[in-house]
Amino acid sequence: MNRLNELFQNKKEPLLSIYFTAGYPDLNSTLDIAEAIEKAGADFMEIGFPYSDPLADGPVIQNSSQKALQNGMNLKILFEQLKELRKRVSIPVLLMGYVNPVLQYGVKNFCDSCAAVGVDGVIVPDLPMVEYEELYKDNFISNNISNIFLVTPQTSEERIRKIDDLSNGFIYLLSSSSTTGKNLTVSNEADAYFSRIREMNLKNPTMIGFGISDQKSFNKAAEYTRGAIVGSAFVKFLDTENALQRIPEFIKSIRP
Amino acid sequence: MNRDFIISSVKWGVNPKGYYGDFGGAYIPEMLYPNVEQLRQQYLDIIYEQGFQEEFHMLLKDYVGRPSPLFHAERLSAKYGTTIYLKREDLNHTGAHKINNTVGQILLAERLGKKRIIAETGAGQHGVATATVCALKGLECIIYMGEVDIERQAPNVARMKMMGAKVVPAVSGSKTLKDATNEAMRDWINNPIDTHYIIGSVVGPHPYPDMVARFQSVISEETKKQLLEKTGSENPDIVMACVGGGSNAMGMFYHFLDDQDVRLIAVEAAGLGVYSGESAATTILGKEGVLHGSRSILMQNDDGQVIEPYSISAGLDYPGIGPQHAHLFKQNRAEYVSITDDEAMQAGRLCSELEGIIPAIETAHALAYLEKMIFTGKESVVICLSGRGDKDLDTYMNYFNL
Repeated sequence: MNRLNELFQNKKEPLLSIYFTAGYPDLNSTLDIAEAIEKAGADFMEIGFPYSDPLADGPVIQNSSQKALQNGMNLKILFEQLKELRKRVSIPVLLMGYVNPVLQYGVKNFCDSCAAVGVDGVIVPDLPMVEYEELYKDNFISNNISNIFLVTPQTSEERIRKIDDLSNGFIYLLSSSSTTGKNLTVSNEADAYFSRIREMNLKNPTMIGFGISDQKSFNKAAEYTRGAIVGSAFVKFLDTENALQRIPEFIKSIRP
Repeated sequence: MNRDFIISSVKWGVNPKGYYGDFGGAYIPEMLYPNVEQLRQQYLDIIYEQGFQEEFHMLLKDYVGRPSPLFHAERLSAKYGTTIYLKREDLNHTGAHKINNTVGQILLAERLGKKRIIAETGAGQHGVATATVCALKGLECIIYMGEVDIERQAPNVARMKMMGAKVVPAVSGSKTLKDATNEAMRDWINNPIDTHYIIGSVVGPHPYPDMVARFQSVISEETKKQLLEKTGSENPDIVMACVGGGSNAMGMFYHFLDDQDVRLIAVEAAGLGVYSGESAATTILGKEGVLHGSRSILMQNDDGQVIEPYSISAGLDYPGIGPQHAHLFKQNRAEYVSITDDEAMQAGRLCSELEGIIPAIETAHALAYLEKMIFTGKESVVICLSGRGDKDLDTYMNYFNL
């Protein structure tokens, strides 16, 4: 049981998670933003660690990653910053990024560092399920770290069942097969896909991400799942004036 | 080629899990999984089906112009004091080996019912080869090309446009091949149903490295027959090719992999010098890691961020090598060496003057390694002349003040 599991168990209202990139807009803004996100009422958050070749991301998160790298962000510095995490933030925190920085850091070291600073889960979209299961699962489990898998409208039922078996936090449903930062397409097809997943009665809760940018798309997601994850829209917002002070305003625009 | 080659090299080929030793796999986000998995399940059945093989070989013969000649380069041989053969991939339609793979993949895409083709390109050779087969088959074609490369390879951009392809500039990152590959993968993520991605080298998630190697293996398949005719032996002593991602080298090595007596030499680009900071000598400068969907050797910093390579040749300007190359390197089955910009340019000029063949600058890297070898005079050497130098005339003109 980690903070993430407790959250899903205890809270019944729709959940809102916010993604942002560590080291953006400034190298040292990571924890200030994290703290502000909690104060503004989000339920949990995903902190992205940047990668030079983020092939699942659209322009907004590509840009924030590139800027973060230029600012000098890397996993070592991020874990240094996160030593203060649990003095300032109490809601669940996940790290999200690509597999190569994790491999260079060492998967075991990475999981140990996550546990040491109080990170509850990890999302690594390009870590294959089979490698996770055969090589790395034990490192995650022994550190009580949830590994979060993605599901798209094209993911087969058999594979979703397998993902459900391997998951211990929530399952991340992509609103459509897309890179980050597109708008949620509210269509009969999307409805059919969300309904299909709901009717599978998975043992893990689900959240919808990719394309959630406003109250309408958030509500749509909450109809079918436990809630939604907002990424690109928030990262874009961080680029506006006095963004740090105005985070409550942003959160209210998604979930009043 | 026949189905027997599916297990032609148990030792050096891909295993059922998609790995070559420690390298390979399919490190892709879930959004790409259905397409890559469909390919993985079907590619062997599709490409070894009789109708496919007939059409593939007909097109290689009548459209590409195969078999490409194996030419005994007498003046180069005299200069280096041994017997040198050039495998003339430069004589293929569109001027390089790249089309062997695009012909194969377009037939595959057709059989998968795909209507839209995407590809990445660096120098533009693979983009041109893809646009060519899309025109041939009447399929929509979108080519991703780094903004920087679009500027420095204008003739190839025009060729693609002539054949009806749409050329989309990659404006992220360093705006070169690596970023064009990222953009093509993003396109595929966003178009999961009707699109096939024709990767141009032996890189990417399994089954791409194996599939591309099989299509390019026609190079070594023909070489064996041609050598047998010319020399009475199907094996030379030494086989050489340049390596960026490594598709011409893998095609040139493929049927020699199990012939342990054949020395295989892969020539990387050292740019301004291996340790100059402006280099693409991946096996020397790289470490194991994951890029573009497979585990291989790549140039990266301690944090796993990919380092931009440099080479005067846009086709070798890639920070990784295919996973099968990484395996051959780690197991010492092939030798990986490197050649600087200057050495390559001189070798390109020498080949032009001695043989009347202007090689692509990529290919010139392989030729340049002849200077570094010591021959007894009894060796036979086959070099893959992977492409012609027409696309590089501006670079040659500037370099030699022609």
